[in-house]
Amino acid sequence: MSDVIAAAPLVRIRALRKSFADHLVLGGIDFDVAPSQVVVVIGPSGSGKSTFLRCCNGLEVPESGSVEICGRMLVNNGQRLPEAELDLLRQEVGMVFQSFNLFPHLSVLGNISLGPRKLRGLSRVDADNEALALLKKVGLVEKAYAMPASLSGGQKQRVAIARALAMKPRVMLFDEPTSALDPELVGEVLQVMKLLASEGMTMMVVTHEMDFAREVGDVVVVMDGGVIIESGPPETIFTNPVEDRTRLFLQAVLTRA
Amino acid sequence: MELDFSPVWAGWPQLLRGAWVTVEITSVSLLLGCFMGLIVGLGRLKPERRIVYGLCTAYVAVIRGTPLLVQLFILFFGLPQFGILLPAFFCGVIGLGVYSGAYVSEVVRGAIQSVDRGQMEAARSLGMSSGLAMRSVVLPQAVVRMIPPLGNEFIALIKNSALVSLLTIHDVMHEGQKIISVSYRSLEVYLAIAVVYFVLTGVTTLVLRHIEKRLRAGGMVQ
Repeated sequence: MSDVIAAAPLVRIRALRKSFADHLVLGGIDFDVAPSQVVVVIGPSGSGKSTFLRCCNGLEVPESGSVEICGRMLVNNGQRLPEAELDLLRQEVGMVFQSFNLFPHLSVLGNISLGPRKLRGLSRVDADNEALALLKKVGLVEKAYAMPASLSGGQKQRVAIARALAMKPRVMLFDEPTSALDPELVGEVLQVMKLLASEGMTMMVVTHEMDFAREVGDVVVVMDGGVIIESGPPETIFTNPVEDRTRLFLQAVLTRA
Repeated sequence: MELDFSPVWAGWPQLLRGAWVTVEITSVSLLLGCFMGLIVGLGRLKPERRIVYGLCTAYVAVIRGTPLLVQLFILFFGLPQFGILLPAFFCGVIGLGVYSGAYVSEVVRGAIQSVDRGQMEAARSLGMSSGLAMRSVVLPQAVVRMIPPLGNEFIALIKNSALVSLLTIHDVMHEGQKIISVSYRSLEVYLAIAVVYFVLTGVTTLVLRHIEKRLRAGGMVQ
């Protein structure tokens, strides 16, 4: 791959607008994510962070605007890609959900190897071997044959990350990955995410973990009322924000913690 | 008045033959009912696909809104007016299967809709098509939830199958009535028929309970 292509943004979002009924959720978002960048999206609840993220893999369809991801127009002027092409593109965009959404009828190994077997055409043996390697990475090899119901929240989320990685995505989306976890389990999930970031994975992370944003984020995006009110390197956002609303939000979350 | 079960003992092989016909007709109808129920239940998931949704909804409304006996008579006595002469067994199976399919479809739809939306989203976000996600993620979970209400449906089907005796099908009900017509021992024979149905429904209940238990033990249910 030439340097020119490698340097081009992996995610390019333009004038993204979305409303549910008559409630405006996204009021025109423009944003680029460069390869290997870790973008952390913060903001008060109801600010449209999750909807923004979900637009990036077509789980939500915006009314207007465009989303270009991995070199493909996922949404062009409010028109989403046809289903078949969308399915292919989604293989390149991993998603991790707040509520894990592990498949309860499959073992940990089954959860991870299902996608590769059905979509990448891997044999069961190959898919299982890949899954085991991923489990090693997230530190859960010993749980390969456990059912999801028997895992802790932190373990479930690490399996969910491994499941998304099994499709060999080029971008990973994290939608509040630690918000459903007991406080003592947050660390193990963030650790896996840090590992991914250090390996150069392009990541978009919606989170309330300010330490993670500060430590791992290349860019912090602050959203409020469906728009990006401010974005920049974490040092700037956390120590010297331009917007009053950012200051107020950070004050509220940081004093709580 | 004294009970005299001798016609029942004497007619036992005949009743068993009839019971076997009942088993045959209910199992074939059950397969047909499940097949139709699955198709129609899936067809009613997305109201925005108007034609499919409309057809499936009309089917459920008409079949649930009219008596099974009338449906069976239309098939067996009504259609011949148009020169459509179907064998009795065929009419029985179609009638029972189509009838039960309408109820099964609601069971299927309810079970699918009870699976958390996040399951479909997780599968789609991996890149699965909606069909593949339905087959490999949503349906396997929905099937477990279908079993208790399907059990009710199967039992209703077994009992409803007694109506096909009126289409000259030689099921256990029909055979019993033949015994009564020569022995005049209504109470005893009907009691025997009741026992046959009770055994059939009981076995069905036990089998389904066993299946459900195994699926739960396999971790299929959260």
